[in-house]
Amino acid sequence: MKYDVIVVGSGLSGLAAGIRLAMFDKRVVIVEKHTVVGGLNSYYTRKNRTIDVGLHAMTNYAPKGARSTPLGKLLKQLRLSHDDFRLHEQEMSAIRFPDKCLHFTNDFELFKQEISEQFPDQIDGFMGLVKKIESYDELSLFTSEWTSSQDILKSYISNPILIDMLFCPLMYYGNASERDMDFYQFVIMFKSIFIEGFAKPLGGMTYILNLLVDKYKNLGGELRMDSEVESITSKNGIFKGVNLVGGDQLTADVLISSMGRVETLKCCNPPLELDWEDSGSTGQVSFMESLFALDQEPKNLGYPNSIVFFCTENQFRYEVPAELIDVSSGVLCCPNNFKYPENLSEGMIRLTNLASFRLWNTLSRREYIDAKKEWRAKALENLFTFFPDFRDSVVFLDSFTPKTIYKYTGHLNGAVYGSSKKAKDGTTPIRNLFICGTDQGFLGIVGATLSGISMANLHVLQSKSAQNR
Amino acid sequence: MNREEVRQAVVDILEDIAPDEDVSSIKDDISLREQMDLDSMDFLDIVMELRKRFNIEVPESDYQELVSMASCIKYLQPLLKDRQLAS
Ligand SMILES: Cc1cc2nc3c(=O)[nH]c(=O)nc-3n(C[C@H](O)[C@H](O)[C@H](O)COP(=O)(O)OP(=O)(O)OC[C@H]3O[C@@H](n4cnc5c(N)ncnc54)[C@H](O)[C@@H]3O)c2cc1C
Repeated sequence: MKYDVIVVGSGLSGLAAGIRLAMFDKRVVIVEKHTVVGGLNSYYTRKNRTIDVGLHAMTNYAPKGARSTPLGKLLKQLRLSHDDFRLHEQEMSAIRFPDKCLHFTNDFELFKQEISEQFPDQIDGFMGLVKKIESYDELSLFTSEWTSSQDILKSYISNPILIDMLFCPLMYYGNASERDMDFYQFVIMFKSIFIEGFAKPLGGMTYILNLLVDKYKNLGGELRMDSEVESITSKNGIFKGVNLVGGDQLTADVLISSMGRVETLKCCNPPLELDWEDSGSTGQVSFMESLFALDQEPKNLGYPNSIVFFCTENQFRYEVPAELIDVSSGVLCCPNNFKYPENLSEGMIRLTNLASFRLWNTLSRREYIDAKKEWRAKALENLFTFFPDFRDSVVFLDSFTPKTIYKYTGHLNGAVYGSSKKAKDGTTPIRNLFICGTDQGFLGIVGATLSGISMANLHVLQSKSAQNR
Repeated sequence: MNREEVRQAVVDILEDIAPDEDVSSIKDDISLREQMDLDSMDFLDIVMELRKRFNIEVPESDYQELVSMASCIKYLQPLLKDRQLAS
């Protein structure tokens, strides 16, 4: 059977691309190597608990009716209503550094007020930066020159602590590069976190993924699980088809891949010459995450916020650590502290720290298991110099590392935000082979979904050559 | 299809592409973009739906004909005159 389009990966970007294509009667198949959908944002079950892997919070919250926001566009394009996502807004989040703490909610005015109170001499500069951000076209699909956000921030803000405090959440939730951030990405993240804000779907990722899979299947889309793409074949530089592990071959006019850019190019047959730019930009940034199920609500234990981005030292370092993990900064997420109609069944705290794939990957199995315990304990010890101790309330815990992320998503180095070089228009050296998702440049749950939509629109639905096929 | 049916066909499409929208209050003479916050992605959807439902190709140079309900009807009626409004 020949398809119009093969989509590789059933993460959010792949599912979204699939839905758009199936909606307009394209013969489309999504091939996924794992047995569960979701990719970087999936879920697993352990001891009768269903645990979200990725989701802390959905960024880009917009109320019903705000149609020109990223969330509004996403819902319209997938023909879902706002109610379908069952979103519940955050209570309050915080950025906590040794001497300063900034709170924010889904009302941007509060954040401005926090900054004017905590950094009175910086508010004018900050407002200048906001003005620049608001007028910036960050969603353009045309690649622009790398622009240093560090340099731009320094031109508006003279206090290095405030600069680090602004970077901390934006980097943790969406920066593929170490230390600095391409400015368009900074703008995307700034808008999605500070101006728009956080919400969580009732029922978590399982619910959202089921919603998307049902939509896709009802539109006639085909989903092949447990089907890993082994190679992508082309002839004279034009995409032909894929070979799956186990021997099946599929052919199609177009391939849209969410595996990652380098990961996709490495699968090509005949092989492509990867230049240094390609291989040198392979993503490095990854995380260790631990989750703690509690015998009570986090609030009762002194954790009232939805998400806290913290740094226990005065200088924030967003880079691959020289040890297995860097305990000096991280993200704390309390899924309970969202405005749900009723309390969740169990209290939960999640803790994310920067981690080194290379170091985790050198460990033997035995060492790996011990190291997880050891570093989880170290991360907690450092956390409790700043926050109340909750160890006595833990009824279940689990951790995953960059190695886990690599194993389940195939992203090299377990790089959560992909390559530091983005292919914004999705094109590759092979004709009719396109990239969507993380490496196209829109990150996070809402970003990845929009990425799949945009690439399906641009390269299949809108494309002149596609209409004549 | 008569004028009213063509209008209904367009309303049906708008209802599908903007599920949160109240399409019953659309004014014929005001641009759709303004009334419903439609963007270029939505116009792509209108064009795709016309192709899917009625096999009509709207070339990019004609997109401006879809600017308001009134202009949609004017543009589409000749193309749809021999067609039945599907259920
Ligand atoms: C710990 C963690 C926390 C996060 N927290 C948040 C958050 O709070 N909010 C937020 O918005 N975002 C969060 N994210 C980011 C978000 O999950 C991602 O940006 C988004 O899910 C990326 O989707 P994608 O479709 O681009 O990629 P993926 O989800 O990685 O999709 C790629 C898919 O391709 C499949 N695949 C790979 N290779 C092959 C092959 N050869 N053959 C077949 N299939 C293949 C993979 O199995 C995978 O399913 C988090 C991520 C992680 C890991």
